[in-house]
Amino acid sequence: MKQNDSAIANKFSAFVGKFKMESPIHISKRMDMPKWKALLIKAGAVVLAFFVCAIITVAEGGNFGGFFVEMGKGNFMQLRNFINLLQEMAILLIIALAVTPAFKMKFWNIGAEGQVLMGGLMCATCMFYIKGSVPNEALIIIMLLASVAGGAIWGVIPAIFKAKWNTNETLFTLMMNYIAIGLVAYTIMIWVPSGSAVLGVLRYGQFPRVNNQPYVINIIVVAIVTVFMYIYLRFSKHGYELSVVGESVNTAKYIGISVPKVIIRTMLLSGAICGIAGWLLVGGTSFSITTETAGGRGFTAILVSWLGQFNPIYMAVIAFLVAFLKKGAAQLSMTYGLGGSYPDIITGVFFFIVIASEFFVNYRVKFNFRKAKSEAVVSDEIAQSEQLEEPSGVQTEEQTEVDEEVTK
Amino acid sequence: MFWAFLRSSIRFSTVFLYGATGEIITEKSGHLNLGIPGIMCMGAIGGCLGIRSYLDGLNGGAINGFSVVLVGIICAFLFAMLGGLIFSFLTVTLRCNQNVTGLTITTFGAGLMSFILGSMDRTGFSDVSKAFTKGFVNGQNLDWFSNLFLNYGTLVYLAIIIAIITAIVIKRTRVGLNLRAVGENPATADAAGISVGKYRYLATMIGSGIAGLGGLFYIFDYLGGSLEYTVDTYGWIAVALVIFSIWKPNWSILGSILFGALYLAPNYLNVAFNQKELIKLLPYLVTMVVLIITSVINRRENQPPAALGVSYFREER
Repeated sequence: MKQNDSAIANKFSAFVGKFKMESPIHISKRMDMPKWKALLIKAGAVVLAFFVCAIITVAEGGNFGGFFVEMGKGNFMQLRNFINLLQEMAILLIIALAVTPAFKMKFWNIGAEGQVLMGGLMCATCMFYIKGSVPNEALIIIMLLASVAGGAIWGVIPAIFKAKWNTNETLFTLMMNYIAIGLVAYTIMIWVPSGSAVLGVLRYGQFPRVNNQPYVINIIVVAIVTVFMYIYLRFSKHGYELSVVGESVNTAKYIGISVPKVIIRTMLLSGAICGIAGWLLVGGTSFSITTETAGGRGFTAILVSWLGQFNPIYMAVIAFLVAFLKKGAAQLSMTYGLGGSYPDIITGVFFFIVIASEFFVNYRVKFNFRKAKSEAVVSDEIAQSEQLEEPSGVQTEEQTEVDEEVTK
Repeated sequence: MFWAFLRSSIRFSTVFLYGATGEIITEKSGHLNLGIPGIMCMGAIGGCLGIRSYLDGLNGGAINGFSVVLVGIICAFLFAMLGGLIFSFLTVTLRCNQNVTGLTITTFGAGLMSFILGSMDRTGFSDVSKAFTKGFVNGQNLDWFSNLFLNYGTLVYLAIIIAIITAIVIKRTRVGLNLRAVGENPATADAAGISVGKYRYLATMIGSGIAGLGGLFYIFDYLGGSLEYTVDTYGWIAVALVIFSIWKPNWSILGSILFGALYLAPNYLNVAFNQKELIKLLPYLVTMVVLIITSVINRRENQPPAALGVSYFREER
């Protein structure tokens, strides 16, 4: 028996030498994961993220059950909380929708923040100068047009450079954000001669309340834009062209799509929708403008768009979750006195976990542990080679998580 | 007046220089870390935590200037490296999208900074900051030479030394050559036997550590131990500076001084309040112009690393 063993071990090591395995973990791309399984992994990641956030809260002096109670309280205690939640979700969603066509084209527009601000600035300009000289409804329409123009111009500038000279759009749009912030600060300085740099509430051009509730118009507008974008991305020729450009520029050229034209057109649309978001934020939310009006949503929206896989419906779900977490965490930090930046940490942790879960959807992990001692494995070489190709333990951390969820 | 302006520009430029040097190392490996602002915040957190526990450990004893600076540097470096580790784990091992991961790190880091430092006990920090700002010569009435070259804190010199060493390593050594190969064409580098993953991990983590020192400098040298402001805005300028200096750390020394000067110019110029806001835009405008010019001229040595922003997966060809 012992002799036999060592002979087999020799054979085995010679055999392994042929393969030159360098790592016990082998990662390969996976295309065939069924949709429900991918969704389960994502859902498991979301649940895990909520648990981790709860644990962090416990570490900071809250208690575990309290985390979920306060989360619920912050979002659903009163109608006001719920409308605030929908408003936050709507604004996140519309900016995410705005960046989506550009991302599908692999145009890394991280300038949504600036485009929203420029839309808002144009909107505030109309509110500041036109005032009551036209009826309120007409003013709101003028504000919309101005905002769309502002956002679209801010979006198309980097697109022109990208189309013409292939200028790096990620860094260009990033710079454009700061120019926009600076322009807003400058404009406020001009409008507020006292130097306090705080523009008060502008009286004219405010969106009317519906049923005495604020933000209702915002939510309706975003719902319309969502449907429009769903159709645009899925069924229109433009939507098809931009996904071809995203997949392969060479293919697009080959089948006669003018790539510069698509880039410029898509960024015009992207900027225009960001402009609408600015219009909603200034005309329908704060009735004023500060450099913080976009408040980092331009960046968060990118994450929402990415995690929603550029699908408006998934994006709505993600936007809801993020808004829920943000509002809930704000309530938590009030209750436990955790400070204003606590929601940022919570959403950060949430995004880390959900982003990491993408890996388990896109890749398959194989653990190839050498089983030299096991007789069954070494019985003959053919079985051996099969053994090496087959995954021996495909159980990943996320999947166990999901399985636990299912059994619950 | 002019010398004072130049001196404060050079001093302020250190924040950008650390961030830019760190980001250049990272980008040379082909990873675009948009989390640099957050990483700089994490460096600041690490420095503050380390120095806080150092001060608590003293029990009222005298502060040793050398060791407190060393503790700050090591803690800031390690904590920022932790941020880099999160980034590289997500992007190198899990191959997540770099832009998305970077932006998350930025939000997270900035949030964490105001969260942890907002409630931190800062007694003794202003004394510690004196150890950080202490130069070779001290005093009020210095001649222009000593004032301009010898009167900075340790971290200012360290930033310049690190930038020069980085420039030499990237340009002149085998490690630098391998690093550039990984950033330009990871598949070829992999075929040549260079471990792409290892280089990317190390480049991102070391780069993050260096960037984190920028946060430490900002808190303990520039602000004098006050914790009122976060550092993330300057992180974005550091990202801009990388482009401005076309991925060369030695150029970024001059670039950072220019950016520092542009940023501080409004305080030294006699202009109206609102015009100052416009002058503050100059660093960004200048960066955009450089970005456009380099792309129009399209010379190969002035381009970003070819694989910048693309996670490498060997089986994907």
